Amino acid sequence: MAAPEFEVPKLKGFIEIPQIRPGAMQGVKSFEANEKIQQAIGYPGKLEEGWEQKAVNKMGEMLKKYRSLQVFLDACVHCGACTDKCHYYLGTSDPKNMPVARQDLMRQVYRRYFTLPGKLFPKLVGARDMTKEVLDDWYSYYHQCSECRRCSVYCPYGIDTAEITMAAREVMDSVGLGQKYTNEILGKVQRIGNNLGMPGPALEDTLSGFEEDVEADTGVAVKFPIDVKGAEVLLVTPSADFFAEPHVESLIGYAKVFHAAGISWTLSSHASEAGNFGLFQGSYENMRNVAMRIRDAALELGVKRIVVGECGHAWRVAYSFWNTLTGVGAGADDKYAQMLQKQLDHSYPQPAHICEVTLDLVKRGAIVLDKEANDDRIITFHDSCNVSRGSRMGNIPGGQFIIPRELIRASANHFHDMAPGTTHEATFCCGGGGGLLTDDLMEVRVKGASPRANALKDVVDNHGVNFLALICAICKSQFTKVLPYYGFNMSMVGGVHQLVSTAIQLGAKQ
Amino acid sequence: MGMSGLTLLYALLFYLATLLLVVGVGYRIYVYSRTPAPLKIPTTPAPITRSGVVMRMARELFLFESLFKSNKWIWIFGWMFHFGLFLVLARHLRYFTQPVWGWVVLIQPFGKYASFLMVAGLLGLWARRFLVDRVRYISTPSDHLMLALLLAIGLSGMSMSFLDHTDIISLKAFALGLMYFDWQPLPADPLLLVHLFLVASLMIVFPISKLLHAPGVFFSPTRNQVDNPRESRHLAPWAAQLEK
Repeated sequence: MAAPEFEVPKLKGFIEIPQIRPGAMQGVKSFEANEKIQQAIGYPGKLEEGWEQKAVNKMGEMLKKYRSLQVFLDACVHCGACTDKCHYYLGTSDPKNMPVARQDLMRQVYRRYFTLPGKLFPKLVGARDMTKEVLDDWYSYYHQCSECRRCSVYCPYGIDTAEITMAAREVMDSVGLGQKYTNEILGKVQRIGNNLGMPGPALEDTLSGFEEDVEADTGVAVKFPIDVKGAEVLLVTPSADFFAEPHVESLIGYAKVFHAAGISWTLSSHASEAGNFGLFQGSYENMRNVAMRIRDAALELGVKRIVVGECGHAWRVAYSFWNTLTGVGAGADDKYAQMLQKQLDHSYPQPAHICEVTLDLVKRGAIVLDKEANDDRIITFHDSCNVSRGSRMGNIPGGQFIIPRELIRASANHFHDMAPGTTHEATFCCGGGGGLLTDDLMEVRVKGASPRANALKDVVDNHGVNFLALICAICKSQFTKVLPYYGFNMSMVGGVHQLVSTAIQLGAKQ
Repeated sequence: MGMSGLTLLYALLFYLATLLLVVGVGYRIYVYSRTPAPLKIPTTPAPITRSGVVMRMARELFLFESLFKSNKWIWIFGWMFHFGLFLVLARHLRYFTQPVWGWVVLIQPFGKYASFLMVAGLLGLWARRFLVDRVRYISTPSDHLMLALLLAIGLSGMSMSFLDHTDIISLKAFALGLMYFDWQPLPADPLLLVHLFLVASLMIVFPISKLLHAPGVFFSPTRNQVDNPRESRHLAPWAAQLEK
């Protein structure tokens, strides 16, 4: 690891609210997308004459399409409840990283063009013209938000900054200013089928490599099937699971679970990506296009169940939006969605999270876990933001907190939660979500991870925790990269199904 | 009875203020209800039934649940102000009803002293705008003006309740006269005139200011949606067009 070009926050084991330092992160900018990247997903290549009015028009259009945006821009009273809730504010001290101030970057423009007081008395209500200076602030600070929704938990009106950030990014894209990282990936997934741009044959190679590895390791021929028509389960997982560490360990875990339970399953080369960066970028159409590949694959392969691997934002999109976007779910009364819903087996939730599937198998005795196999691990669990505040597991509210923890406890003997106020609905984002998982935002990522790193330090120092269990591909990549800045060993990062993989008894049940 | 210019001015002011308030807020509510929420975005964990959502909204409205989780100072000041305001407003119904409704008579003493709660809450909220650097940073001139306006309304009203009583009989006759279009003279008491002018100003700015948080909270998708996206399909009309 090269020496960082910025100051890494000192860990204290608890979280302090810093004094504001205006402009602290002003200059930090993510790389912009070039014309080719922009045009590939249907946006103008660059800013052109008259972009200001175009941006205002786009805002007006979105205000009519999104109640969230309309209500949230009106309702804020500047009470300050959210000001100390964002991990990027806590880590950077830049006041424009306070949720309300981040929202205000757009609210100021909204007031100027869409409200009477803003048209008449802009200074009085803090309204601003749409200028290049404002746009620069938008670009900088709307890419220092991971859309984690922590602020929305604490707002008395439920104002969700993620909605504003998404809208702002959509407005910027529509005038030709996009972010390289997110938009390049959105192009790849729509062209090739996954965010990595890994074509089908390469994927098949990789999977057969896993089959050899697992057999060498366990003596059991665990399969990693792909494009198998008539399989019961279609597994859709983040493509990082195919090549990145520690992600791969969880993929091996899913395969072992299906093997041990005797469930026929398949991956799809057409839909080899659970991640959906359309969410980050705020475009309903792009998000729908990406999700459509999963519908197509499910129809093509004739599967009965759709299961999603460990990925936070993907689970939000799958759980909360798939039914809306493409009909993956139940309860539709329209022909379009019913086409798929008639095929699916509704004795299972559709779609299901892999943790729901595995825990259910454990409870029914369909798979057996040997907890002692994980006895060298003292585990804590990081609630991923999108799972915690944008989705659910199981059939009761808060199941998304209970089910992964039950699964960890079923797989291992030693577990300690991090401090209250840093877990469950109050969890801190890893600092790399929402399209920020790129090296050009390393300063934002490292600083934004400091609240989580502080809470982690507490359980490491006081309970000897040596394993941070995750259910999100972005969290896994982010923590392996940034935790070393804080003196933690990156090998402490892993998936919940990595624990399952270690504990599962293959061939015990016949 | 001859009508003074003052009475005429205030009568017209209140008709105008009421009209702007009702039409303005009505229009905002129309806009909010007409604008679709294309995606399921309740902040989870969220209720999985409609009645659960009603309970969640009720806790937000009456207990300020999210604010309680967030910041105890803002919660206590905010709650003092809003609860105080509610009692004060309820007490004011006595000027618009003849005979006065039973429950309004009952809360009369509470309504009087609730004004202290209201003003104390406002002072607390205003102090935060100066004392907490983060809140100071986000405060605009209009944020301060709004607090000044509410405080001035509270203090001018309290002065009449506790220090220098106005001619309450004539005032009530004026208020009832406005309602029944049988105009009666308004007492020319400076405190009363200030108080009424500020109230009318508040009514006028309501639909174009952050006071829209009052109707807005009912339409917040993160709070009013049921968490059931897997069980039933949620589709906005403009989104359904994409499937054609």
